[in-house]
Amino acid sequence: MKQVTASGQTVEDAVQSALKQLNTSADQVNVEIIDEGKKGILGLFGSKPAIVKVSIAENIVARAEKYLKSITSQLGVEISVETTTNSNEITFELSGEKIAILIGKRGQTLNAIQYLVHLFLNKSSDQYYTVIVDAEGYRKRRVETLTQLAHRLADKSVRTRREVSLEPMPSYERKVIHTTLQNNSKIKTYSHGNEPNRHVVIKPS
Amino acid sequence: MKALIETIVTPLVDYPDDIVVTENEEEHKIVYHLTVNPDDVGKVIGKNGRIAKAIRTVVYAAGSDTKKRIYLDIM
Repeated sequence: MKQVTASGQTVEDAVQSALKQLNTSADQVNVEIIDEGKKGILGLFGSKPAIVKVSIAENIVARAEKYLKSITSQLGVEISVETTTNSNEITFELSGEKIAILIGKRGQTLNAIQYLVHLFLNKSSDQYYTVIVDAEGYRKRRVETLTQLAHRLADKSVRTRREVSLEPMPSYERKVIHTTLQNNSKIKTYSHGNEPNRHVVIKPS
Repeated sequence: MKALIETIVTPLVDYPDDIVVTENEEEHKIVYHLTVNPDDVGKVIGKNGRIAKAIRTVVYAAGSDTKKRIYLDIM
């Protein structure tokens, strides 16, 4: 790990000078204050400079990517990962052959991997991250499928004047259904049951 | 397979040295037994077994090409 010790009139000054030496920005380092420094009388007598130790934090996202890759390689799947960070939302885009093994039935393996990476990231950092693991555009395709399904079942509910229950889905998939149908005044949607069996119900209004 | 279980679990616990995975092969199934430090039990099981379920899902996916059924016992 790269680190430097720097001094300055205030802690802030010291950190700035350390960042310059390391050629990095404040969000990628750990700062340890060794001495806060003293202003001294009239800024002349008994003043002490502030001393800080600044080290480049090993990138947590890179470690999560390594974790993800070590799991997939032991599943016998060679993949390449493209990571994008958008404030606290981190997306891992997986691509490669045999990606189907990683997705599993209705994305259950992909969701399990996503949850494990989420745990990994949020255990070793004090910031909260949202993690999305996607494989070959699976999530986008799934949203399209769910949107179509939502419209079809809404029509069915209106036609039969009966409630239609969908199968259990994870929360963000239910959200897709709810948001798709929220402007449809002929029906109402709500979720019923407890995780992991929570499912959307479409009811004619 | 043992390596896979260890890879998944190690970063999630506080006492990685206490992770023990044993393998027990029977006629039609292979049972893996995972034990961790008593303080870490919650970290591998999770609320309503959510973490345990995720670990199992990944492990079973890895075992999908073997002929025998795979089970994962936790604790």
